[in-house]
Amino acid sequence: MADIGRDGAFVEFERVQKSYDGETLVVKDLNLAIGKGEFLTMLGPSGSGKTTCLMMLAGFETATHGEIRLAGRPINQVPPHKRGIGMVFQNYALFPHMTVGENLAFPLEVRGIGKSEREAKIARALDMVQMGAFASRRPAQLSGGQQQRIALARALVFEPELVLMDEPLGALDKQLREHMQFEIKHLHESLGITVVYVTHDQGEALTMSDRVAVFNDGRIQQLAAPDDLYERPVNSFVAQFIGENNKLPGTVEEISGDHALVRLATGEVIDATPVNVTEKGQRTLVSIRPERVEFKPEMMPGDAHTIDAEVLEFVYMGDLFRTRLRVAGSDDFVIKSRNTQGQRRLEPGERIRIGWAPQDARALDPV
Amino acid sequence: MSVTDSLTTADGLPLRRALLRADRRARWRAFALVAPLLIFVVVTFLVPIGQMLHRSVHNPAFPDNMPRLTAWFGATPTGTQPDETAFAALAADLRDAAAARTVAIVGTRVNYDLPGTRSLFTSTGRKAAGLQPPYRDSLLKADAKWGDPELWAVMRAASSAYTPGFYLAALDLTREADGSITAVPPERQVYVPLFLRTFVLSAAITGLCLILAFPIAHLLATLPLRWSNLLMILVLLPFWTSLLVRTTAWIVLLQQQGVINSTLVALGILTDDGRLTMIYNQTGTVVAMTHVLLPFMVLPLYSVMRTINPAYVRAARSLGATSWTAFRRIYLPQTLPGIGAGALLVFILAVGYYITPALVGGASGQLISNLIAFHMQDSLNWSLAAALSALLLGAVVVLYWLYDRLIGIDNMKLG
Repeated sequence: MADIGRDGAFVEFERVQKSYDGETLVVKDLNLAIGKGEFLTMLGPSGSGKTTCLMMLAGFETATHGEIRLAGRPINQVPPHKRGIGMVFQNYALFPHMTVGENLAFPLEVRGIGKSEREAKIARALDMVQMGAFASRRPAQLSGGQQQRIALARALVFEPELVLMDEPLGALDKQLREHMQFEIKHLHESLGITVVYVTHDQGEALTMSDRVAVFNDGRIQQLAAPDDLYERPVNSFVAQFIGENNKLPGTVEEISGDHALVRLATGEVIDATPVNVTEKGQRTLVSIRPERVEFKPEMMPGDAHTIDAEVLEFVYMGDLFRTRLRVAGSDDFVIKSRNTQGQRRLEPGERIRIGWAPQDARALDPV
Repeated sequence: MSVTDSLTTADGLPLRRALLRADRRARWRAFALVAPLLIFVVVTFLVPIGQMLHRSVHNPAFPDNMPRLTAWFGATPTGTQPDETAFAALAADLRDAAAARTVAIVGTRVNYDLPGTRSLFTSTGRKAAGLQPPYRDSLLKADAKWGDPELWAVMRAASSAYTPGFYLAALDLTREADGSITAVPPERQVYVPLFLRTFVLSAAITGLCLILAFPIAHLLATLPLRWSNLLMILVLLPFWTSLLVRTTAWIVLLQQQGVINSTLVALGILTDDGRLTMIYNQTGTVVAMTHVLLPFMVLPLYSVMRTINPAYVRAARSLGATSWTAFRRIYLPQTLPGIGAGALLVFILAVGYYITPALVGGASGQLISNLIAFHMQDSLNWSLAAALSALLLGAVVVLYWLYDRLIGIDNMKLG
């Protein structure tokens, strides 16, 4: 996890608050430092405040309180057109009455760049997104993916150091979206620009980002690199929002350093790593990823506690098997196993014992 | 044998015929649904317009009631001096027309082209039964004007039921005795200046409507729904109010002893004898018509603006454009279909507007439609009214064509 000191930060939010109606805060005390060249994703459900943060950074919303700095300079009072930030909008916002070339020329014209230099820059930007042959087309004549590329080229053509992207891939189909994720990532790497990316798609956030800020209820719940976020969520919200997650409510039975025993409502005891619990008797929610649950005895760690489970449903998903179990009185415990040679397919009605390594089960705050 | 002929259905029927048969019921049903409207439009719209266009070039008053003289005109070339045969035919026609009480109709028809001749026909018609040959002398004795060559030229022109004369009159042109077409003297020109005034005032009203409607429509399109609904009602409320009430309200506001003048006098801005004349002139026409036609500009603009994603302007701003540049280069061009539709609508309505200028226009604020109404109701020269209307219709069609060439009618959004 890249830890950025105050001096190294390129974009900084300091104690930023935002309210639209003067009664409720949409963004509550946001502190965030983004390093130069970083790819940071703001991830969260709708209404979590992520888009508002992006709009404040772009200059379309004013911060109710706090300071936003760009390269050390406060920009709260700078109008959007003087911030020099490239932006890709959700529905691309390509100007429909202009050709692709005119769309790309627009930011250069308003900056007073001469015709020959303009044309060179446009050609370079179009080549960068492999759309060199499309300069004379109108946006309506392009497919969604092509429009996406043009929007990207337009945001980059005037060579901004910071580019904001507001759910830019939301309107594309799954395959194209995955392809564009890699293209954006490659552009980011080759140009060395700083990207702030907003999405509600966790897969997108994990694939593309250097760091992800998970927003909920106007606050950053966790700011971490993708692997940290997935494997070591710091609270129940993050654990549930990122990826699939099994949760078992219980009470802390015993705690010692980085190991805890949790007693479930049905009386069984399981292993867990204490995250948000500190003492015996606390209520907790234990979170375990479906792919980290083991049901074959020979694969289980020797000292692991195991508990009973009953197979309810087996779903064949191609590369994965997804099995739903009844565990400790709850019907929605899911395990995933890879479809490898000789992998066992569980039958509904079968009774098995499941277990996991203590570090994969995280005792979080109760919800 | 073409490919389509060789294609058949499973039971050997040609495919095209099978398709026609299969669709026939649906087509007839669709036609039956639109038929009432089609018949209504034909009966109440196309037929009257056709009649009007016909009437503008067709006036049979003279040939219907003066058959013998019409025959003589038909038999002799233009410019022939009227001989005794012609006067005999005239006397016989006048006698019959007087008996059939149609002599005034003929007089009126000739009077259109030569003012002051209606009474000549009616007075001679009263004496027609007592006319004796030689008819030339007895007619000249009845009234010396019967010898006027201009009268004979006019009668010759009127003897043809189909005539371009009403269009000439509507364009302030006249036919000289030798058949050449010249403009009437400037002091007698009525229609061309009025057409010009109608177009200039309509353009001014259209411009004012655009300036006033643009911000309103923008507000309507961007306000939260709760407020924009309220504003929409405020825009539509005058629309639902009687035209007469609205125009009368303007009289109350604008007249010399009206609200605005009295307020200005009370505030000491105007002296009591310096009250502004804001009504019964062009100002009154422009103010009242702008108010009446404003919704026709607001609604198309609003419907276009509502579809413009605010992200466009934001994108322009983020790309470095000032708010003015973003408006001028991004927002304004996208509202063009609405501006075009609204301007065309307002202009076409304004060009043909009748009731408001009639009520508040005074003498200087009258439009061409007021004169058309005058010829329909007072002078009863329906053919001239029809010719004026046809010219107006032609002008609107030309405008529509121009619009289509410049902006494209497909781009027009009316609501």
